[in-house]
Amino acid sequence: MTYALKFHDLSLGYDRQPAVHRLQGEIAEGSLTAIVGPNGAGKSTVLKGVTGSLRPIEGRIALGGLTRSEIAYLPQHSDVDRSFPVAVADLVGMGLWREIGGFGGLRAVHRARVAEAIAAVGLEGFERRPIGSLSGGQIQRALFARLLLQDARLVLLDEPFTAVDARTMADLIGVVRRWHGEGRTVLAVLHDFDTVRAHFPRTLMLARELVAHGPTAEVLTAENQFRARQMCEACTGPPHSCGRGAA
Amino acid sequence: MWEALVQPFADFGFMRRALVGCVAISLGATPVGVFLMLRRMSLTGDAMAHAILPGAAVGYLVSGLSLGAMTVGGLIAGLAVALLAGFVTRATALREDASLAAFYLISLAAGVLIVSTRGSNVDLMHVLFGTVLALDNAALILLGAIASLTLFTLAVLFRPLVLECADPQFLRSVSGLSAVAHLTLLVLVVLNLVGGFQALGTLMAVGIMILPAAAARFWTVSIGALIAVATAIGMLSSVSGLLLSYHFSLPSGPAIILVAGLAYGISLVLGPVSGLAARALWGRYLEA
Repeated sequence: MTYALKFHDLSLGYDRQPAVHRLQGEIAEGSLTAIVGPNGAGKSTVLKGVTGSLRPIEGRIALGGLTRSEIAYLPQHSDVDRSFPVAVADLVGMGLWREIGGFGGLRAVHRARVAEAIAAVGLEGFERRPIGSLSGGQIQRALFARLLLQDARLVLLDEPFTAVDARTMADLIGVVRRWHGEGRTVLAVLHDFDTVRAHFPRTLMLARELVAHGPTAEVLTAENQFRARQMCEACTGPPHSCGRGAA
Repeated sequence: MWEALVQPFADFGFMRRALVGCVAISLGATPVGVFLMLRRMSLTGDAMAHAILPGAAVGYLVSGLSLGAMTVGGLIAGLAVALLAGFVTRATALREDASLAAFYLISLAAGVLIVSTRGSNVDLMHVLFGTVLALDNAALILLGAIASLTLFTLAVLFRPLVLECADPQFLRSVSGLSAVAHLTLLVLVVLNLVGGFQALGTLMAVGIMILPAAAARFWTVSIGALIAVATAIGMLSSVSGLLLSYHFSLPSGPAIILVAGLAYGISLVLGPVSGLAARALWGRYLEA
């Protein structure tokens, strides 16, 4: 099976302080993978490394035939300025950037696709509503609609279901499963193990270093969770010693 | 009514020139002010207004009241501060507000020092407060050119600018235009301030940029309408300020900006989009 991503001895960090240490492994193309681990385990940092917004301190990330423009990324705390005077349809339409660029116009076919994406996340009737009037769950739905339009081969989601109600979560998981069904690679940082067990066939567990990676049932064991917690507690020491004692 | 509103412009060439100059400034500066406000950079306009002072002062001292020399000097000083602040923000941990404050304060101090040691208080007052009633043809052409260039640039870069304001993280993830949009906005701020100081002075020029934009925010929730309303408020403030200045012998620059301030005050109270009255009425409705 070909890979979408391969981590080669990857170390990532901030101000030369590693947050992820010597990560090895690959994410298969078309896979649906959850990244789990304790707080501060480096889960979001890995996604930032994949998007290219954070350069590796050591090692590298190989994109298996992908270009950066084929990656869509939904960060944990989206930067969207909710007070900005823009309508839901305009926010969602930004997902067409790669097709129409910064200067092209929206044609009828594009508007139809925007309407389709808005309908797919259950926001029909909200097209002309200012984004400032949306609830947290509704804005997350709109951001998923924008991801739909990005039509990316690799989708990165950082805590996508945090602070959304159960119905919104169920609908958005439906969108994630649809991407998986279409053969796209999805990599999602999650903290709720029940959601991971129910919907994500593969899991990568991090504690600044790789704890385990493989089928979810084999990764989410009590032993691995205990080990991950110990490794992260050990990470309060010097970065180079991260995880060594516990592992 | 005709005599009060139209006669001054019909009778006096300097009033017509002032009107054309102020309309040009409103057309160019207020849309830039809207983007500054939406990018939460309203005070950046004020900082840049101070930053262009040493360039304009050097131009004035070298060539006297030469439009070209003062404009080029102001442009160089303003762009230098904008680019240096942008570079420091991207290259270090210092945030943009802090790096911009550092450079504009250095620039302002240098400007005041130059004018104080080589010029007079009258020179300083001219640069700080402008002379809208003494605009010549060259100044009007400059103001018209800056307004045209600003509107053209905003039309071309509209989408990247909107995205840079609304969701800069997303823009950076899909395009390399984030830095271009940001720097272009800063360049447009400098251009319009340099144009504006001919008429309103460095300190007052920022008023016509920000006050109409802030007032318009209380009337509409769409970006296009926001720009249109802000431009209309800018133009109305210009005409009203000039007429007040004429009839009551007031300095024209402050009169124009105070009228824009009045428009802001009225909008703050009566504006339907989260204005004070609207919020009070909505609160009562919810209680009932």
